[in-house]
Amino acid sequence: MDVSMYTEIISTLSATMRVSTPLILAAMAGIFSERSGIVDISLEGKLLAGAFISAAVAAVTGSAWLGLGAAIVVTMLLSLLHGFASITHNGDQVVSGVAINIIVSGMTVVLGIAWFHQSGQTPSLPNTARFMPLHLPGSEAIGSIPILGEIYTKILGGHNLLVYIAFLSVALTWWVLFKTRFGLRLRAVGENPKAVDTAGISVAWLRYRAVLIAGILTGIGGTYISIAQNASFIREMSAGQGYIALAAMIFGKWKPVPAMFASLMFGFLDALSIRLQGVEIAGIGQIPVQAIQALPYILTVAILASFAGRAIAPKADGVPYVKER
Amino acid sequence: MRRQPLPAWADIILIPLINIALALLVAGVVITLIGENPFKAFAVMFQGAFGYAEGVGYTLYYATNFIFTGLAVAIAFHAMLFNIGGEGQAYIGGLGVALVLLAFDHVLPFWALLPLAIGAAMLFGAAWAAIPAYLQAYRGSHIVITTIMFNFIASNLMVYLLVNVFIVPGSMSPESRVFDPNAWLPTVHDFFARFGIDVAPSPLNLSFIIALIAGVLVWLFIWHTRWGYAIRTVGFSEPAAEYAGISTKKIIMITMLLSGALAGMAGINEIMGVQHKLLLDFVAGYGFTGIAVALMGRNHPLGIVLSSILFGALYQGGADLTFEMPNISREMVTAIQGFIILFSGALTYMSRPWLERLFGLFVRDTPTEEAPHGR
Repeated sequence: MDVSMYTEIISTLSATMRVSTPLILAAMAGIFSERSGIVDISLEGKLLAGAFISAAVAAVTGSAWLGLGAAIVVTMLLSLLHGFASITHNGDQVVSGVAINIIVSGMTVVLGIAWFHQSGQTPSLPNTARFMPLHLPGSEAIGSIPILGEIYTKILGGHNLLVYIAFLSVALTWWVLFKTRFGLRLRAVGENPKAVDTAGISVAWLRYRAVLIAGILTGIGGTYISIAQNASFIREMSAGQGYIALAAMIFGKWKPVPAMFASLMFGFLDALSIRLQGVEIAGIGQIPVQAIQALPYILTVAILASFAGRAIAPKADGVPYVKER
Repeated sequence: MRRQPLPAWADIILIPLINIALALLVAGVVITLIGENPFKAFAVMFQGAFGYAEGVGYTLYYATNFIFTGLAVAIAFHAMLFNIGGEGQAYIGGLGVALVLLAFDHVLPFWALLPLAIGAAMLFGAAWAAIPAYLQAYRGSHIVITTIMFNFIASNLMVYLLVNVFIVPGSMSPESRVFDPNAWLPTVHDFFARFGIDVAPSPLNLSFIIALIAGVLVWLFIWHTRWGYAIRTVGFSEPAAEYAGISTKKIIMITMLLSGALAGMAGINEIMGVQHKLLLDFVAGYGFTGIAVALMGRNHPLGIVLSSILFGALYQGGADLTFEMPNISREMVTAIQGFIILFSGALTYMSRPWLERLFGLFVRDTPTEEAPHGR
């Protein structure tokens, strides 16, 4: 293996980590929501809202942390709205989610233009107002070791804090869902809300908590997109990642660790396709840029169409719970 | 407090109006937060949409697109399918129209081009809905996700085709050549000019009439044909449909193909009627607006035509608004759409208990005490 090939692999894997982060966070959000029985198409809108608010607040205050906090508050409010429609009023959850996506798509541009007058963008952020790459302890010492060093400093290390939070959220999701009483009840309410209700536990309150957690996670994911991965908000910058995360969640059968691997797979293919741009392939020639850009979406459809599309969702997923009188 | 079951007119007219009012109220709050006067903003919008002949023409031209995409969403809703791929289907439908017109505009007369173009619009739109339909029917893949992925794919495909295939050699902008005027749909002002009547020029064209005809046909299809009945049965209860011997898989395919075909028809208005060439992003959100239109029109063609005109007014008025108040961007209309989808789609009956109590106040004597009316 020659050296350039080796660096290609390292940088592709490093990019995989960065591209997968919002997918992982949104997929975990989806798992919390859907495990409690609430379908959440609005992951997309919440990522976009989080991206906009964090970039706007960071631009005004100069603080990435305030941006993150504001993004989480706003995405939790959107979650409450989704909950109000689908839990309190038994509305159609998919329609509510689509409504939120369209509202956010419009509002981010309306507010962006009204506040910053830059045709919907937010001002470019200085590095001090962003989440910047961290250096893992001992990078200098381990970095000099041939292969291990590269893996440690470039694939595992060298990312910003939110990337690590994303991976931490997977462990946390697993622990909450499968090791706590709250998680047990949350899963129960997604399978058989009536049984939970009969046991004297509030179905609505459990589901509200689930969608609020989804709000927190998507807020972090959105923040990552605009002020960690990029340095400003650009209109429609979530570009379908919320939907791809939903596909990853389905592919991962509503389980945290498999959903993380599904997100990583999407991220890897995305990173790989960026590498393929402008590369001549023997026999085919150069692949059009547009084909490469369409690849994540085509893959999402292909994965939903494959065996995993038939995966079994939580039984009460998407069904409003109407208490009998 | 006593509740009174709502009369039919309140259910069909009052509740949608309340939902629009709520959506506009929220929009008004947003406009206030931006620092503009919402009453003035709405007045500008109303004036822009209905205040002068040209504005009315534009309103109806936008409405034409929304009738097509709204009918597309509605027909799918009748089978409980949520087609949010109208955007991509309309885009690809326009591609079909352009292919026919680019190939035959110098060869065939207009009366032969029109049916061919309509056929191509429907065929291409249906084809773009076919894969998500198949995957939903036979693989159980979530149609909301697959149709939205197809929107993204359509967008990339069209960029590729326009940049590499359709572009006029030597030109910088990714557009096809302009069709021969022979292939243009007659506009309303040209039509009236023939009789010496002066109508303000606007993009409003023959496809508005085609859209109205499509509305009648969809009404006949849904409520007066065997397939329409099967579609509504599947939408009401899939197991019941299966027991009745209806193949739900087949019905899902038929419904989605028709839905895609209707969305594709928006390409007739845009490509054949207005732009007269193939270009980027001519769909401009019309597919998504179809969702709001269908929800507000209660999936009934008459309601869809009325709500299409409302959204046409929002689009046209919104354009004028941006002109008058540069602080408010066009996307305000997108946000209003979202609010309308929220209130009339997801919170449809939020106002119902309140209304029932309100009606209870006015009806003092209980109907049960009276003798039932004989008919």
